[in-house]
Amino acid sequence: MIRVVLPAHLKALAHVDGEVELPVGGPVTQRAILDALEARYPMLCGTIRDRRSGKRRAFVRFFACQQDLSHEAPDEPLPEAVAAGTEPYLIVGAMAGG
Amino acid sequence: MSGVRVLAGTRKGAFILTSDGQRKEWDVSGPHFPGWEIYHVKGSPVDPDRLYASQSSGWFGQLIQRSDDGGQTWGPVGNEFSYDGDPGTHQWYDGTPHPWEFARVWHLEPSLTDPDTVYAGVEDAGLFRSSDGGRQWEELPGLRTHRSGPSWQPGGGGMCLHTIILDPHQPGRMFTAISAAGAFRSDDEGETWRPVNHGLRSEGIPDPGAEVGHCVHRLAMHPSRPGVLYMQKHWDVMRSDDAGESWREVSGNLPTDFGFPIDVHAHEPDTVYVVPITSDSHHFPPDGKLRVYRSRSGGDEWEPLTRGLPQEHCYVNVLRDAMAVDSLDDCGIYFGTTGGQVYASPDGGDSWAPIVRDLPAVLSVEVQTLS
Repeated sequence: MIRVVLPAHLKALAHVDGEVELPVGGPVTQRAILDALEARYPMLCGTIRDRRSGKRRAFVRFFACQQDLSHEAPDEPLPEAVAAGTEPYLIVGAMAGG
Repeated sequence: MSGVRVLAGTRKGAFILTSDGQRKEWDVSGPHFPGWEIYHVKGSPVDPDRLYASQSSGWFGQLIQRSDDGGQTWGPVGNEFSYDGDPGTHQWYDGTPHPWEFARVWHLEPSLTDPDTVYAGVEDAGLFRSSDGGRQWEELPGLRTHRSGPSWQPGGGGMCLHTIILDPHQPGRMFTAISAAGAFRSDDEGETWRPVNHGLRSEGIPDPGAEVGHCVHRLAMHPSRPGVLYMQKHWDVMRSDDAGESWREVSGNLPTDFGFPIDVHAHEPDTVYVVPITSDSHHFPPDGKLRVYRSRSGGDEWEPLTRGLPQEHCYVNVLRDAMAVDSLDDCGIYFGTTGGQVYASPDGGDSWAPIVRDLPAVLSVEVQTLS
């Protein structure tokens, strides 16, 4: 299972506490995780990435294993620790504004 | 037992303020959607328990929330606002072409006859409609694709479609206003549009009397007299007696004719309210005195309403969607400020009292009269 941590506002929107655990078939990529996340929580569609283009929203960041993956290609494989579920995939609201 | 429900959208959530017909004691619920910008909340005139809210965030974009129980519970509905076809460009602040990009929903206007139909005015300026309770949204592209569209430029707050008025007597007629393009009218349910800005003069644009380019801040109509429109423009308070075909200035003796909201008394079509603001570079009331001005003659002659409002050291603003009137026998007037106060007058503006004092900056105020 892939572990996903949502920012507080999106946890409230999706009515979840703590981490989300998602089964992801095939290569574990950012696109595959976000597809699985939006399939389970359709209210998150459009809040993390643009509905049409799939582009990450400007003030959303993706972290894992102490790395910023925000600028990585969406179909690049994620670190093995994320794929194995030992490390979470973090969706973060960027530090900006108040 | 009659009552009122005030729907306040703020920079950090929505608040619902309820009272009985006396409008003296208030229950406050909220924040709903804490931490999110709530640009507008409005109820269906045919089903008061059906509410729509525009929820947005610079981080996570746009959501539309719907309540079917008067705001006790909410659920997200559709948030896909895609312009029809290739949206092309409008002018950016520097005069260069800029792609049309959806930013947020400024205003939600539920249908006068169907609780599942609701219109959305968005930034960059466009008009959308949902006919299924907000699940799916479709642009009415005739407005944005008007031949003048490529020349529209954003106002200071963005290029927003902030006002939607549905004519209760002439089905299919509707008005919109866009900053900074002007007022527009459709007579065919939003399929086609034309600018209705004749008589406006704006010194801040190259041709002060141009067909489009005016920074209209707000339009208001009394439902019993839909041919008469009132307008608060960037500068100037205006009136039209022919459904927007022509406008004349009615600023009269106002201390300044800059401001944002304008509204009409529920039972007196010639009684109009504005909140004069010092200037476009000083977004606060003149002399630090918060005064609503009332005209009982449809403009030109205005009186200050001050009882219960701060008359010193007050430097808040009242935004364009932050004034509303109820329809109780003694008409109630409401407005919210950027300082987080929501004021109510249960007597048509003669006296005022704050319902709440310390909300986040208020973006919008609507009121429902409940029976």
